[in-house]
Amino acid sequence: MVTEMDQNVNIDDVDTKMEKKSLIHCTDVNVFYDDKQALFNVDLNINEKEVTSLIGPSGCGKSTFIRCLNRMNDVIETCSFNGSIIINGQDIYDPEIDVVELRAKIGMVFQKPNPFPKSVFDNVAYGPKLHGRFLNKSDMNNKVEDSLIKAGLWDEIKDRLNEPGTALSGGQQQRLCIARAIAVDPEIILMDEPCSALDPIATARIEELIDELKVNYTIVIVTHSMQQAARVSQRTAFFHLGNLIEVGDTEKIFRSPDNEQTEAYVTGRYG
Amino acid sequence: MTDKALTLKRKFAETRFKIYGLASLFLAMVMLVVIISSMTYRSIPAFTNYGINLEIKLANEFIDKDDLDYRGIIRETIFSLDSECDDRKCRRSFSKLFSSGAAYDLRDALEEDESLYEKNFNFYILFSDDADLFYKFGIDKNLPENERRLNDQEILWLEGFQEKGLVEKKFSSNLFTNGDSREPEIAGVLGAVIGSMYTILITLIISFPIGVLAAIYLESFASKNRITDFIEVNINNLAAVPSIVFGLLGLALFINFFGMPRSAPLVGGCVLSLMTLPVIIIATRASLQSVPPSIREAALAMGASEMQVVFQHILPAALPGILTGTIIGLARAFGESAPLLLIGMVAFVVDIPQSVMDPATALPVQVYIWADSPERAFVAKTSAATLVLIFLLIIINLAAVILRKKYELKW
Repeated sequence: MVTEMDQNVNIDDVDTKMEKKSLIHCTDVNVFYDDKQALFNVDLNINEKEVTSLIGPSGCGKSTFIRCLNRMNDVIETCSFNGSIIINGQDIYDPEIDVVELRAKIGMVFQKPNPFPKSVFDNVAYGPKLHGRFLNKSDMNNKVEDSLIKAGLWDEIKDRLNEPGTALSGGQQQRLCIARAIAVDPEIILMDEPCSALDPIATARIEELIDELKVNYTIVIVTHSMQQAARVSQRTAFFHLGNLIEVGDTEKIFRSPDNEQTEAYVTGRYG
Repeated sequence: MTDKALTLKRKFAETRFKIYGLASLFLAMVMLVVIISSMTYRSIPAFTNYGINLEIKLANEFIDKDDLDYRGIIRETIFSLDSECDDRKCRRSFSKLFSSGAAYDLRDALEEDESLYEKNFNFYILFSDDADLFYKFGIDKNLPENERRLNDQEILWLEGFQEKGLVEKKFSSNLFTNGDSREPEIAGVLGAVIGSMYTILITLIISFPIGVLAAIYLESFASKNRITDFIEVNINNLAAVPSIVFGLLGLALFINFFGMPRSAPLVGGCVLSLMTLPVIIIATRASLQSVPPSIREAALAMGASEMQVVFQHILPAALPGILTGTIIGLARAFGESAPLLLIGMVAFVVDIPQSVMDPATALPVQVYIWADSPERAFVAKTSAATLVLIFLLIIINLAAVILRKKYELKW
C-alpha cells in the first residue's frame, strides 16, 4: 500500500515537474447518492501549500469531491463513499478516524457566507474553544486578532468585535468565515465557490487573500469562474459528469490542455 | 385590452382585496369587543357587595376566646335591628337576609386584631345573595309572594334598612380571596386560580422537557425510516384528538391504574401534558427546521459534533419558536375543562389547595360549575370568573411575546 502510494507520488512529480510535495492522495473515489453515482473513480493528488482549483460545469461533482475531503458528505444519509483519501499518510475514511479531529485540521468556507449569529469575536473564537485551545483569555484575544489579521479583516472591524457577525457586509462576512476557519490552525482550507455570492470588489479582496494564505495553507477551491481559477490557482482539475477529465498546472490547462473536452470548456465553447 | 385598462383592472383588484381584508379584520375586532364588553357588563354586579354596618358589643362581656359563639354574636347583633321579631319563624326569615359567612368574617377580624375582644366596634355584615340582588336590581312586587325569592315582610325590612341609611356598598374582595362556596356572596376564584396554576405547573414540568427532547431527537438524530414516519404521523394525529379522550385516558391510567389521588392538580397536569405534548413537539420541530442549514454546516465543518451543533447553534436559534409554541400549548391547556371534568377536578372545593396533591378545581371548570348553579347571583360571578380567565390568558400570551422578543436572534 505504502509503496504503491509512493510510486503514485513519484509519477505525479515526474509528470508535472513539481518540486512541491503532495499532501492529499485520492485514489479510486466513487460517491453515490442512493443509486445515483456522482463521482467515478477519481484519482487526484493535491500539493502542499498551493492552490488547487476544481472547475467544471454545474453538477459535475466538484462540490461533492471537495466535501469528501473533510467528510462533510457523512451528514447526508443517502450518500455513500468508496475509495481512499489519504492525508498525511492517514486514510481519512478509516473507521477509527474521529471526524471531529479531522475537521479541526481541515477548514471549510462555503458558497454563502454563514457566520454564526454571535459576535465577531465569538465567531472566530468558536473553533479554538470547541477544540479546547487557548483557554487563557489573553491567548484567545491574541488568536482572534491574529486570525482576523490573516483574513485581512482586522483593520476594518477591530472596533466592532462585539457586533454580531451577521451585521457585516457580504464580503466581510466571507472573510470572517475564513478567519473562523484559520483560527484552528488547519493544514488545509477547502473553499466551495467562496465568491459566488459576492460583488467584484469583494471577490478581488478574497482572491488577494487566497494568494496570501497559500504560503501557509494548502487550499482547494471550487469555482465557476475560469478567470478566477486562472488567477488564483497553481493547479487546476477539470471535472465533467462525475469524472476527473484532466488535471495539471493551471497555465497548461488554460493554454494547451491535452483533452478536447477541457479545451472546449476553458475556451467557453461548451458548458 | 390596452395596457392602461390592464393596469386599472389590476389596481382595482388590489383595492378590492384590501377592502376584504380590512372588513374581516374589522369584523373580528367587533366580535372581540362585543364579547369582552358584554362579559364585563354582566360581571359588574359581582365586583360589589351590599352589607350593613352594625355595632358589635363585646365590651363588658365575659369572653372565652377558645369557645366563642361567633354565629350567636352576629345573630344577637342583627336582631337588635328589629326587637319585635321574636318568634322562631320571623327570626329565621330575618336572619336569611344576612350572609352565613358573616360569622367567619367576624372570627377572622377578631383573630387579626385581638384588642377587639374587649371593645364595641362597627362591623360590616354582608347581606345574603337574595338581599344583595334586591339592592342591585330591585324586585318585581307584582309577582305572587310565593314565586319571589323574598316575601313582603323581608322586602319591608330591606327597605327599612335603606331608609335608615344603614346599607353600604363595598368592593367584593371575597371574589379574589376566597375559594368556592355555595353562597354566591362569599364565593371566590382564588381556589380555582391556584388549582389552575398548580395544574399548569405540572403540565409545564412534564411536557416541556419531554416534548423538546423528543422533537430534537426526531429532528436531528433519528434516522428516517418507517418507524420514525409512523411516530410522526401518530404525533400529528394525537394533536387532533378531542381533549375529552385524554380525560378518559387519565381516569383509566393515572387514577385507576396508578392510584393517583382524584381531583388533584397532579393528575390534571398529567392529563393536560398528554394533550400539550404533541403541540410542543410539532412547534419545536417546526422551529428547528426553520433554522438555516448553513449554520449547521458551518458548525459541522468547524469540527463540532452532531450534539454540539444542536445544543450550541440550532437550539438557541430555535428557542424563540419553541418558547412560543410551548406557551401557546400551555395557554390552550389552561383554558381546557373537558378532560378535567373526567378526573374529578369538577368537585366542589372550598379550601384553597396547598399542594399539587390536594383536591382542587381549575378556573375554566369553576366557570362551568358557577354557570350551572341555580342561584341568580352566580350569573355575574360566572362572567367575572371568565374575565379573570381571559385576563390570565392575556398575561400568558404577553409572556410569550416578551420571551420571543428577548431571545430572537438577528440574522
